[in-house]
Amino acid sequence: MSKTDELRTTFFQEAEDLLEQLTDGLEELSCGDADPETVNSVFRAVHSIKGGAGAFALEAIVRFAHRFENVLDALRSGELAMSGAVLDVLMRSSDHLTVLLETARDGTLEEDDPAGEPLLAELMGLTGATESPADSTDEVDFTPMTMALDDLSGPGPSELRFHIGFRPHDALFRSGNEPVFLLRDVCALGEAEVQCDLSGLPDFDSLDTEASYLAWQIALQTEASDSAVHEVFEFVDGLCDLTVDQDGVEPLPDLPSLDPPSGPGADPEESAPTPEPAAAAYPPPAAATAASPAAASPEAARASGAARPEAAGKSAPPQPVASTIRVDLHRIDRMINLVGELVINQAMLTQAVKRDGIAQGSDADVGLEELRTLTRQIQDSVMAIRAQPVKALFQRMSRIAREAGSETGKTLRMVTEGAATEIDKTVIEKLADPLTHMIRNAVDHGLENAEDRIAAGKTPEGSIRLSAAHLSGRVVIEISDDGAGINRDKVREIAEEKGLIAPDAQLTPNDVDNLIFQPGFSTANELTALSGRGVGMDVVKKSIQSLGGRVSISSEPGDGSTFSIVLPLTLAVLDGMVIEVGGQTVVIPISAILETMRVPTEQVFQLGTNNAVVRLRGAYVPIVDVGAVMGYRAPVAPDGEHVILLVETADGVRAALLIDAIHDQRQVVIKGLEENYGQVPGVAAATILGDGRIALILDPSAIVGHTGAGGGAALSTPLAAE
Amino acid sequence: MADPTETDAEDVNELIAFRIAEQDFCFNIMSVREIRGWTPATIIPHAPSYVRGVINLRGAVVPIVDLAARLGLEVPEPTARNVIIITQIDGPIVGLLVDAVSDILSASAKEVQPTPDVAANGSEFLSGIITREDKMIRLLNLAAILPETVVAAA
Repeated sequence: MSKTDELRTTFFQEAEDLLEQLTDGLEELSCGDADPETVNSVFRAVHSIKGGAGAFALEAIVRFAHRFENVLDALRSGELAMSGAVLDVLMRSSDHLTVLLETARDGTLEEDDPAGEPLLAELMGLTGATESPADSTDEVDFTPMTMALDDLSGPGPSELRFHIGFRPHDALFRSGNEPVFLLRDVCALGEAEVQCDLSGLPDFDSLDTEASYLAWQIALQTEASDSAVHEVFEFVDGLCDLTVDQDGVEPLPDLPSLDPPSGPGADPEESAPTPEPAAAAYPPPAAATAASPAAASPEAARASGAARPEAAGKSAPPQPVASTIRVDLHRIDRMINLVGELVINQAMLTQAVKRDGIAQGSDADVGLEELRTLTRQIQDSVMAIRAQPVKALFQRMSRIAREAGSETGKTLRMVTEGAATEIDKTVIEKLADPLTHMIRNAVDHGLENAEDRIAAGKTPEGSIRLSAAHLSGRVVIEISDDGAGINRDKVREIAEEKGLIAPDAQLTPNDVDNLIFQPGFSTANELTALSGRGVGMDVVKKSIQSLGGRVSISSEPGDGSTFSIVLPLTLAVLDGMVIEVGGQTVVIPISAILETMRVPTEQVFQLGTNNAVVRLRGAYVPIVDVGAVMGYRAPVAPDGEHVILLVETADGVRAALLIDAIHDQRQVVIKGLEENYGQVPGVAAATILGDGRIALILDPSAIVGHTGAGGGAALSTPLAAE
Repeated sequence: MADPTETDAEDVNELIAFRIAEQDFCFNIMSVREIRGWTPATIIPHAPSYVRGVINLRGAVVPIVDLAARLGLEVPEPTARNVIIITQIDGPIVGLLVDAVSDILSASAKEVQPTPDVAANGSEFLSGIITREDKMIRLLNLAAILPETVVAAA
């Protein structure tokens, strides 16, 4: 990666943090508990983005951020009073800024920004009263300092004069360094006069041949910087007395280019004629980024129901800088893999120790037990590194809700809870699409329009709540609206119309609600701009299931609906049932299994020549012989020796998997088959068991689909692995 | 797909030689990651008969191709004396089950003779023949022996 690319990446990463800070601030403002510091932090975020964008010559962003910043500045100085209308413009501006940055990151940012023009006009309208004629030209005046990247090595030519004192210690010679080379390097920097200081030399008789007595004085005339001079002596640091005095009075300019994203912002700050009441309000660049991790804790407290701890948090002294580091994802993945190895290795060791008959309570046994605890702790900590708060995702969803609201003309309030809840980064990324769809659905179908709401005795403003929480090793995400709830009669009617259910089917209210997850179902009467894009809730359900999760709905007519998504904490491990079939040990994801039982022989009926069904609570469920489908053995007749796993596939089809035995239920580390072999029909992935052997993780949906019971689903839907 | 056994740019190639069913084979040693003893593999359903299954190679899931079966030779049940040559060709890691590794050869591209046109089973997997001490050593075309699924995955 070139230097420019690296800086660009850093800029966009930091911009993301800044946007988060911006959204946080605006949210606080919308809650009405704004204090001057909130406005300041919002202002700083926009300002830093502007500065960084200027450095990369992203004109459209600079122009927009500048207007945005002017309004915030007016707010900050009290020239403009906060109101709902102002806040609305600010929110939309923040959304637009996010969009601009995203397009810039993808490299598709246009010089002019037609979509932003109306917003720009609105922003200008807000500051219109305070805008002086001079201000209107400040766009011209604002000349962001574009970075000269080849200048990174140091400041331009200017002759400096250094006086260098260099007195090597004995240790310098002992470690094999040679002062002559150092002096030669110094001389190479410019014109140097070197004088040897012999004053430390003792009498010949008392001379210790191993000791250092000499010192040098160097007068150096050079174009090189102070740091270049120090660099020469870098390797003998601590092995000598070194003084470097500079007598060319010309002070070194700051190196703004060394801190690209926020640094250059400091310069436009001074040149822009924007009123700047408090110079101190401009933070040290690092403080701006440090604020976002720190913000997570009040977030968490809010989620647990504590009453507004932010006020206390804000008056607290600023958080210490550098509480986070950025790490390449590949390194973490590698570490996760290695820890996975460690876990397997430890399990193999335990089995070996048991097999060799080492007594329980012996030193080896106790040590092994400690190793097991440690390994598990390491595994948990490493998994935690990949985990990220869902906050950024939630903020994006708030934006989508606002957009959807303005497109449908519904006013709504988006509440998020538990934004500090942490989930695996990959899961978060894959959640974005289904959540977007569900939020849009909630706004479009869930919420009524204002008249209907008033008629129903509700506030005209609809409310959508998005929450996340940890629940017994899983993550639960809920999307609730306070709309009309599912219109069950209508859902039923549509389902019958589309042939999804028989007209006389007996369904519980919950069954009816769940019909919306059926493929080919869409309740919207007309195709609106929002939903009705050919993507239904069945797609949402499928994508959640591909993450190893489940989605369900509960709805109360008149009071709204709640969608719950239950997800595993990470994609790297899976709760699996270790079973045996046809002499092979395989794993079936527990998320697919509804029930397990011995074959109830008297409830098994033959259907046709080769097919059997089992009657469970009155319903006939097809029996799928896993051993035969996977080719492990010839088909067998189900008898009392076999076990049935009642599973539900991704398409909602139920089937009874016929297997030989259940061994265990445990978390297994998911290993991909694809990278070295390819897709295997009916197999989702592989894992490594305690004995070091590989066990395949079966995909019940594909196995059931294979037999035709699932309506011809594709033969392999690989689980997202690793 | 570039054939790693035919890197003509180098004049002399190092080749790993091994035996399967009393026949000598070789391929470019640059494709070899490591050599290990036989361990039982986990069966892959619906896999071609020459795929023995998958093994755990320090956490990676690696398929094992039984070269004897692939080349249409006599296939005894593998024992602990069998050897797996772990290879990596353009990405996927694949283990090749052979009887024994015999030698490491240096051969220039000139020494490689074209495969005689016989209707023998398995000759489509050879990219040439090298002579060493009166022995005929068959140069394997690794890319051709990989299972189709692997080629699709690569």
